[in-house]
Amino acid sequence: MNNPGSGTVYTETVVYSPPEAYVNDVPYQLAIIELENGRRLTGRIDGDRAQIGDKVNFVDFRNNVPFFRKAS
Amino acid sequence: MRPVAVVGIGKTAFGAFPDRDLRSLAVEAGQKSLEDAHAKPEQIEAFFLGNFAGPSFVGQNHLAPYVAAGMGIIGIPATRFEAACASSGAAFFSAVSAVAAGLYDVVLVTGVEKMTSQPTPKVTEILAGAGDVCGEVRAGATFPALFAMIARRHMYQYGTTREMMAAVAVKNHSNGAKNPLAHMRKVITMEQALSGKPIADPLTVYDCSLVSDGAASVVIASLERASEFTNKPVRVLGVSQASDNVALDEKDDITTLRAVKTSAEKAYKMAGVSPADIQFAEVHDCFTIAEILATEDLGFVKKGEGGPYALAGKTCLQGERPVNTSGGLKAKGHPVGATGVGQICDVAQQIRGEAGERQIARNKLGLAQNLGGSGATSVVTILGAA
Repeated sequence: MNNPGSGTVYTETVVYSPPEAYVNDVPYQLAIIELENGRRLTGRIDGDRAQIGDKVNFVDFRNNVPFFRKAS
Repeated sequence: MRPVAVVGIGKTAFGAFPDRDLRSLAVEAGQKSLEDAHAKPEQIEAFFLGNFAGPSFVGQNHLAPYVAAGMGIIGIPATRFEAACASSGAAFFSAVSAVAAGLYDVVLVTGVEKMTSQPTPKVTEILAGAGDVCGEVRAGATFPALFAMIARRHMYQYGTTREMMAAVAVKNHSNGAKNPLAHMRKVITMEQALSGKPIADPLTVYDCSLVSDGAASVVIASLERASEFTNKPVRVLGVSQASDNVALDEKDDITTLRAVKTSAEKAYKMAGVSPADIQFAEVHDCFTIAEILATEDLGFVKKGEGGPYALAGKTCLQGERPVNTSGGLKAKGHPVGATGVGQICDVAQQIRGEAGERQIARNKLGLAQNLGGSGATSVVTILGAA
């Protein structure tokens, strides 16, 4: 999979009630990221909580899930 | 196209019923609707069953003939429709289409779901199957999470507040408390609604509909034959179904559910009415924010005004346009495959003047809006006194 690069948070939530596959991950932040090419991608935010409009950078794929981190 | 009417309605209570199986719930609702229509099983020419996830929740496939036979209905076409939480709305749409086209005169449409036999994380996972499993769901999206992201964006773009969403929950619980078939007959306060356990921020447990068991059923017939079954037929004035992308991240503007707008516009046109004419509605409040979106996308108010509309009490039982007089999915319960037909029963009950403590006076023209997933299927139905 290609590196999606950086983007902006279009919307986000923090999940407290997980599906079976992620019972050990809660709470986790999920977001729709608007990438620089205009496409949107659903991924996770690692570290500090990001808000709508915040810039985020791609970190890595874990089990095919893109993880981002709030740009400092 | 010839006119069609709802000539019989029947529902089970919605709730958690550990000793009831899927078929017994569907059969109970189906038989009640047949009795209400004074119809015999042999008069039914086709059976349309709405069910989202019977195979996942209870391991049973081939559900339509299985349920039909339980009602003594054998030999006719019996088919299951799956469209996530709009499964029985989709079944109803196809059933009305078939009768309107002249293929059948009298058909039975039943919706059912048996959900409470699975633990919450498993239920959450099965429901997430209505999303994009290779994208958003793999990343950790649940349905509360998808609607939480819609809520966040709606708050950001239009200034919608937690209080506005809580007002929907308080109102629906108040209505549900008056509905003998509701899952949760409990009034809640604004303070409670605002301090619920977080599920997916900003949604708390009080913003989320219930995981329920239940079934609902209607008998529909061509209007010319309606008088054989009932002296209070309810006309299907308009019905439309529309679709959209399944994944939330593939929708242009997540604060508008495009399929709801499209299906509503077509249903209004078919019925020859405008949104302002609709006196009351049952809308798909799977989450409180979804009811706010519905009042906007159905054209009751402008985009962004759904929150203030709810907070001002306009959608209460005594308001200018009551919404979810049944208690909605929030309090009545949400056995997902039963919800669409359940809403048709609730609107018909108001039109027939049989809603008891919840009966409203302006009850001649009502609308039902049933949503699948985060908006990939929408069915809008407009019902009126015949």
